[in-house]
Amino acid sequence: MATHASPAMNFEPGRSPSVAIPQVDPTAFYDAKGEHHPEGSTMLGFWLYLMSDCLIFAALFATYAVVGRNYAAGPSPKDLFDLPLVALNTSMLLFSSITYGFAMLEMEKGDLSRVQIWLAVTGLFGLAFVGLELYEFHHLIHEGATPQRSAFLSAFFTLVGTHGLHVSLGIVWLVTLMAQVHKRGLVPENKRRLLCLSMFWHFLDVIWIGVFTFVYLMGVLQ
Amino acid sequence: MFSNPDLQKLLFGRLTLDAVPLHEPILLVTFAMVGLGGVAVLGALTYFRLWGPLWRDWFTSVDHKKIGIMYIVLALVMLLRGFADALMMRAQQAMAFGPNEGYLPPHHYDQIFTAHGVIMIFFVAMPLVTGLMNFVVPLQIGARDVAFPFLNNFSFWMTVSGAVTVMASLFVGEFARTGWLAYPPLSGPAMSPGVGVDYYIWALQIAGIGTLLSGINLIATIVKMRAPGMTMMKMPVFTWTALCTNILIVAAFPILTAVLALLSLDRYVGTHFFSNDLGGNPMMYVNLVWIWGHPEVYILILPAFGVFSEIVSTFSSKRLFGYASMVYATVVITILSYLVWLHHFFTMGSGASVNSFFGITTMIISIPTGAKIFNWLFTMYKGRIRFEVPMLWTVGFMVTFVIGGMTGVLLAVPPADFVLHNSLFLIAHFHNVIIGGVLFGMLAGITYWFPKAFGFKLDEFWGKVSFWFWLTGFWFAFMPLYVLGLMGVTRRVQHFDDPSLQIWFVIAAFGALLILCGIAAFAVTLVVSVLRRDQLRDTTGDPWGGRTLEWATSSPPPDYNFAFTPVIHDHDAWWDMKKRGYARPLQGFKPIHMPKNTAAGLILGVLSIVFAFAMIWYIWWLAAVSFAAIAIVSIGHTFNYNRDFYIPADEVVRTEAQRTSLLAERV
Amino acid sequence: MSAASKAGHDDHGHGHADGASHGTFKDYMTGFVLSVILTAIPFILVMGNVIGNDRITGIVIMVFAVAQIVVHMIYFLHMNTKSEGGWTILALIFTLTLVIITLAGSLWVMYHLNTNMMPQHMHMG
Repeated sequence: MATHASPAMNFEPGRSPSVAIPQVDPTAFYDAKGEHHPEGSTMLGFWLYLMSDCLIFAALFATYAVVGRNYAAGPSPKDLFDLPLVALNTSMLLFSSITYGFAMLEMEKGDLSRVQIWLAVTGLFGLAFVGLELYEFHHLIHEGATPQRSAFLSAFFTLVGTHGLHVSLGIVWLVTLMAQVHKRGLVPENKRRLLCLSMFWHFLDVIWIGVFTFVYLMGVLQ
Repeated sequence: MFSNPDLQKLLFGRLTLDAVPLHEPILLVTFAMVGLGGVAVLGALTYFRLWGPLWRDWFTSVDHKKIGIMYIVLALVMLLRGFADALMMRAQQAMAFGPNEGYLPPHHYDQIFTAHGVIMIFFVAMPLVTGLMNFVVPLQIGARDVAFPFLNNFSFWMTVSGAVTVMASLFVGEFARTGWLAYPPLSGPAMSPGVGVDYYIWALQIAGIGTLLSGINLIATIVKMRAPGMTMMKMPVFTWTALCTNILIVAAFPILTAVLALLSLDRYVGTHFFSNDLGGNPMMYVNLVWIWGHPEVYILILPAFGVFSEIVSTFSSKRLFGYASMVYATVVITILSYLVWLHHFFTMGSGASVNSFFGITTMIISIPTGAKIFNWLFTMYKGRIRFEVPMLWTVGFMVTFVIGGMTGVLLAVPPADFVLHNSLFLIAHFHNVIIGGVLFGMLAGITYWFPKAFGFKLDEFWGKVSFWFWLTGFWFAFMPLYVLGLMGVTRRVQHFDDPSLQIWFVIAAFGALLILCGIAAFAVTLVVSVLRRDQLRDTTGDPWGGRTLEWATSSPPPDYNFAFTPVIHDHDAWWDMKKRGYARPLQGFKPIHMPKNTAAGLILGVLSIVFAFAMIWYIWWLAAVSFAAIAIVSIGHTFNYNRDFYIPADEVVRTEAQRTSLLAERV
Repeated sequence: MSAASKAGHDDHGHGHADGASHGTFKDYMTGFVLSVILTAIPFILVMGNVIGNDRITGIVIMVFAVAQIVVHMIYFLHMNTKSEGGWTILALIFTLTLVIITLAGSLWVMYHLNTNMMPQHMHMG
């Protein structure tokens, strides 16, 4: 019976396997000093949320992969996509990533006003991204390439639109956080929240790499 | 209502007075019953002045124990609804032969089987599982609460909102007539233009948010908040299965969210994901929905396996046989459950290579499951077995579930599946594993942990009555369906022509009546136990001779669970403590840091119901208003930084002294 | 204990010790420069039709995408094997496995389905 955990099975790094105590020691069974403070779970929890969001995108990518070439005699990516515009859009998101990074660096230094400035810059880049995307959508719909036109366009608008919706949500969150940082300063709660948003923001950038490669660039190739 | 149809449309969308099914006598009776019952409950709450305590101690509570109990109450209430649907179906199929059309017209019958499936899976099995994990896991790992207590409360209310949305379809409009997974094109805008599928979509999306968040919450709890000394391989098996279940939840539910969102776009916006024209592909829905659907099966069964592991070793007074193999089997099932989804649609036509891959992976998954069965048997072998009610459920499970598992392996053979697909054989198979596995497991778990939650055991006589009715009822109700399935009878049929089939349906209906007695006996158990609570009282905190940490604290546990964080040396932590002369600490108590109650979760839940209702009935202004309200409340909630408090040390001293005197009285 | 309620412990428990590692200025700049390069090249390859073969171009830009995702993970999301006791990387690997299963599995299943069930209907766009 492999009931006793051998050290090899103890795959939790940083903790040594406890050794059985031969003598009865009443304090061996509880932490009398109250020193046990479980570490914060927020970062891990938020990361798990991001992973679940990643799977939503996986389903959308899979749908695009499966029905994305069903043009139904309608326009194809070659007819529609404007790569310079996509490149511009991509650069907006990339710039916003680095500016968010700068905000985080200032946060570590504790410089409140610079944090706010970099957050604002990040938000503006984010707005530019969403604006360009809306312009692109408007243009497509104006040309008759609506989400109702074909399965390809349904999948395209949904995948890209879901990403855009996430960025918009990120901007709302960013503004909320700026208000909270303004109100309370860089208290631990706010630092933790800024870290979460940073993960969210960079995560969206990662998704966008998939979008511009798989949807736009590959679309134009075929 | 209004002379101006445009104005009415603007104000009420497609909702009219005709949507209230006053012309259906069955629904009218239900309506009256629910109305009377509701008035009685509300009246009793008011008469006994329970609104305050209910609000303060339960609805706004962030205590994982109370939230767990509320989940289970929700599940039991919904079980009554789901089971009423089952009885109606069995009655209809037992009588609707030849000239007799039965009493349910097809459009009503179709709603009933859809609602039965949806309710039983999403609003009975899921809340039972989530509730039990919520209650037990923090106690088993020696934590004071879950990682995110507010989120826990919010998740619960989202689940309730989903359930309320399903129930609302009974009284306003109709429910889906598509079967529990709402395959397009039947569920698309052309074939199901009514509100039924929209009720389905929004109920599942809202409840899905709750499920996903509680999954994240429990993973973070198990990973981060284990008591010192509790390494991964010292976690109780139930906690292990809870961890794997929640990993499956976090990894599977997003797919359901996405696929339902795509279906909503087809229905609301007119996109072409799953339509038959303009490049849509309905089979893609089937493919995606089962990528969620198969892991869902394991989400439900893994915690039941965990419950049985705890019960078998407790009631055999032995260490669980093969703890490590049990853990590895659980992990292997978790991973493999993502590689089998196509066995739900072998007949769709992906061809021999695809079908054989998924057939083989499906058969492989039965190996770790079989290993578990042997582990339980070997735990019982030479043990001093006490056949109390939880153990009876466990033995009943082993006998029943093995049959269900074997018919499952049979269905995993693609050629056999071509014969049995969509037949009553399949229905018998999955009820065999879900009732025989999940439901028996949850009822065993409820009986097992009831004294921990309320401080007294459940009445044993009525518990046994309930068990025997459930067990025999199950066999009577579902064995005939295997026979019928082998004869080629398909599922979801409202009327039959061949009179030779009738006897089997009558037997099945008799079985359903036995199960009804089992449910009634369970209700009696609860009532009798509450009345006899003084005789059944558990003052020790350890009524069964338990082995894991939850039995170390009092029954019911104090708000803070453990006055001092326990230190663990063995996976049977409490057994180890008892064996090596653990002495309960009596002094040195310190103030305890706890989260504060909040009403935000409940408010968001109510707003979600309003939002769902507005979307279902196309009342766009209300949808916009409620959505804005949800956003404002959520953002507003984040401005509240004052979310915790300290239980003062002298209160801890008082609580612990009370327990000391209770324990002393016993001796 | 709730996320916010742990404020009291955060002043000593927070920072690098909580496992969420933070980048340095150099990290961010390295990541940014690499990202710009890894973004620019695929765009140039496609817009200028440099390679001349769509298939090869497709493969090459996919490789660039994967490389850039790794860069983002390391320099922006600060992924490493140690943060949160290895649980973040474990969750990431598990998720990526499922993403691949979902994508590859769906394509495989649906491709076979289409060839078997409606051969004349496909690729009419």
